[in-house]
Amino acid sequence: MEHKTKVNAEEGKQEILITREFDLPLELLFRAHAEPELIEQWMGTKVLKMDSKKHGSWDFEKTDEKGNILFKATGVFHEFIPNRKITRTFEMENAPIGVQLEITEFEKLTDETSKVNIHTIYESVAQRDQVVKFGMEKGINMAHDRMQEVLNKLK
Amino acid sequence: MNLRRDVFQAIADPTRRAILLLVAAQSMTAGAIASNFETARPTVSKHLQILIECELLNQEQNGREIYYHFNAKKMKEIDEFIEPFRKMWDERFNKLESLMKKYKK
Repeated sequence: MEHKTKVNAEEGKQEILITREFDLPLELLFRAHAEPELIEQWMGTKVLKMDSKKHGSWDFEKTDEKGNILFKATGVFHEFIPNRKITRTFEMENAPIGVQLEITEFEKLTDETSKVNIHTIYESVAQRDQVVKFGMEKGINMAHDRMQEVLNKLK
Repeated sequence: MNLRRDVFQAIADPTRRAILLLVAAQSMTAGAIASNFETARPTVSKHLQILIECELLNQEQNGREIYYHFNAKKMKEIDEFIEPFRKMWDERFNKLESLMKKYKK
């Protein structure tokens, strides 16, 4: 089966390509990336700051119920072209993965469908692989958390 | 030093990737592999050692010669390695899609 979201991480390269087609008009796909209230809902992070213009900065944070910071990422926009392109830097706090460059391009397919391409460039191959692993560990942690919730209910 | 080797670390090196390509086509002895490279024989041996440690290559004794085989199963693990990362993005984008459908006219 063809996956809706495709990830291409070639061996020995310091980049990742993510592509996805949506049953959404281009304008709505872009809005989901441009409006803080919408980003918060699908990314699950709080948007503390988002100055959507050239050299504007952004600041996202994710906390647990107790208010502990689980994840904090910041960076600067270099391009913010509505319905076309967002170029920004991305740095995760307290994670040894350096600064990454993210080039996100939006594309109209039909009046009702659109596509996003995210090209991320890392400082090194090792750091890219670290991010992929981190994603995996996060997935496992999330599964564990869910399991814990279920177990707690059984208590 | 005998650190546990990381598969990604193993394939990050261009010589090791070239070795894998060679051996994937046909099982070979260390000498035959080394003859494809300008690199000194001990360097090739070191690369082979790393590839064996991370199980991308298997050794098999055939008479007096040791043949190196490509372990396709291990290579598949690399694909599976990326899968949780892909799923994470897929789930995010599924949320985005259902969220934004509410805004459709």
